[in-house]
Amino acid sequence: MLRLLKIEFDKLKYNKASRILILTYFILLVLIALFAVIKFDIGPVKFHLAEMGIFNFPYIWHFNTFIAGLLKFFLLLVIVSMVSNEYSNKTLKQNLIDGLSKKEFILSKFYTVLAFAFISTIFVFLVSLVLGLFYSSFIESSIIFTDLEYLIAFFVKLVGFFAFGLFLGVLIKRSAFAVATMIVLFLVEFISYSVVSAYNRGTDLADNIYQFLPFKSLWNLIDQPFSRLSAVKAVANQVGEDLSYDYAVHWYEIAIVLCWAALFIFLSYRLLKMRDL
Amino acid sequence: MLNLFFSISATKTNHILEPILTINNLTKKFGYLTAVKDLSFTINKGNVYGILGPNGSGKSTTLGIVLNVVNKTAGDFHWFDGNTSTHNALKQVGAIIERPNFYPYMTAEQNLKLVCRIKGVDHSKIAEKLEVVGLLERKDHKFKTYSLGMKQRLAIASALLNDPEILILDEPTNGLDPQGIHQIRKIIKEIAANGTTILLASHLLDEVEKVCTHVVVLRKGEKLYSGRVDEMINSHGFFELKAEQHQDLLSLLEADNSFGKIKVEDELITAFLNAPMSASEFNKLMFSKGILLSHLVKRKESLEEQFLQLTDKLN
Repeated sequence: MLRLLKIEFDKLKYNKASRILILTYFILLVLIALFAVIKFDIGPVKFHLAEMGIFNFPYIWHFNTFIAGLLKFFLLLVIVSMVSNEYSNKTLKQNLIDGLSKKEFILSKFYTVLAFAFISTIFVFLVSLVLGLFYSSFIESSIIFTDLEYLIAFFVKLVGFFAFGLFLGVLIKRSAFAVATMIVLFLVEFISYSVVSAYNRGTDLADNIYQFLPFKSLWNLIDQPFSRLSAVKAVANQVGEDLSYDYAVHWYEIAIVLCWAALFIFLSYRLLKMRDL
Repeated sequence: MLNLFFSISATKTNHILEPILTINNLTKKFGYLTAVKDLSFTINKGNVYGILGPNGSGKSTTLGIVLNVVNKTAGDFHWFDGNTSTHNALKQVGAIIERPNFYPYMTAEQNLKLVCRIKGVDHSKIAEKLEVVGLLERKDHKFKTYSLGMKQRLAIASALLNDPEILILDEPTNGLDPQGIHQIRKIIKEIAANGTTILLASHLLDEVEKVCTHVVVLRKGEKLYSGRVDEMINSHGFFELKAEQHQDLLSLLEADNSFGKIKVEDELITAFLNAPMSASEFNKLMFSKGILLSHLVKRKESLEEQFLQLTDKLN
């Protein structure tokens, strides 16, 4: 495993575009901290995000994993290009001739996906911990370490998303087209979901079906955290809107995404195995 | 379409034949096109082999199959004694197919380090092999800045990293300028001289002829011949002759059973032998008949001539 990771690490390390994207991603993760300094102070309207409780433990785990989840697109570009470049440089062929098996090739990419997801999770954990210790109203360890399942969900979300990107990279062989395909698939899923739920207003039909589809299942892992803010809740109560919402991370949501990830990796391998290079 | 396949094994005789690659009834179909048809041959250790055929003849397909990048349709092959998986066997093989493929944004040294990682070889070999191909002083330059000749030489260095049991070269001089071709051929000859088994695929007949000695000839993926180059056709060679008494010589040759086909081009007579005869024997014979030769050369058919004869027979 270490050998395969080292091989892949070498390939990424020397690639300028990948280096920049990875760096940008991790810098942006740190910049989540910048939410802390969002402060409006216009006469009677005082708005300081950090003081609205977004950095309160354990809510911060939910909020930060959600925001960090939005940044995964940067790493997607790296994942997709690290596969498609192997095709365009024909280095995949050379790797196989040099004695890498097709299985090892896919595994080296998959381990890299796991490594990215893991490092991101650690990163988000550390950034959130520091931010929380600075701004949280409660810093008892029992409170700090509740709701850590959001970090697990975050890890699984990244693995699922990157595995999808990996598969599209293998399938389509061109980074730009692979990313475009992903966007199209997202739109197809999103629009059809909107249509189905519009026709079945008042029922859970759309959600029940779409929870099994790739993008919706990824989305379901970490629900939007905004309506959970006490400030938002207060406003909602005033206008009479009921915002009771299930924010928890459910085991079946994780299971669905893990199934997709496994399927994508398996299909990538099958595709590579079938193909003549 | 003509599928031509040569395999040539070297003069070095082995006490025990140690197979490096065994191919049995290998077939590859691309849709309706059969690129390789029921092909069998064996490559033994210490020999220098060549694969010869025009572009698109399927030689690259066969190499692709044994190198794990093309899937076979039927038949099988195995490396060495057949007890290692293909990808592990390939770690003991050095191969260059078509164009050199490396990471363009990495330097020569970085690229070779990666190959070392894949093959599980120590990094210490890198400098040594770069020296062999004369790229040591350019090791810190990016691959994309290399000329095609340099890229090809880097590919050879890469293939040699693991001190391979066999070196496979597919069209190694394709697209190179004369100087580049010369450099590559020199390197190949040096490697062959060290006793490394070589399998050379090329559409250039003289290239194969210069390095290799044994052949397996294939057409449309089917084996026509296997053995030494000079035994490819039953030939005793031919004489190129000139004499003052042109007509007398001609009639004498035509009367003699030892000669088959006789060709005349201006002054030059080419007489093909049906039975073995040395040049001095022939000279003596002519002298006794009162014919004084002004030009006498005994030759064997070149690989190209043999090759054309062999394939002509089947057309």
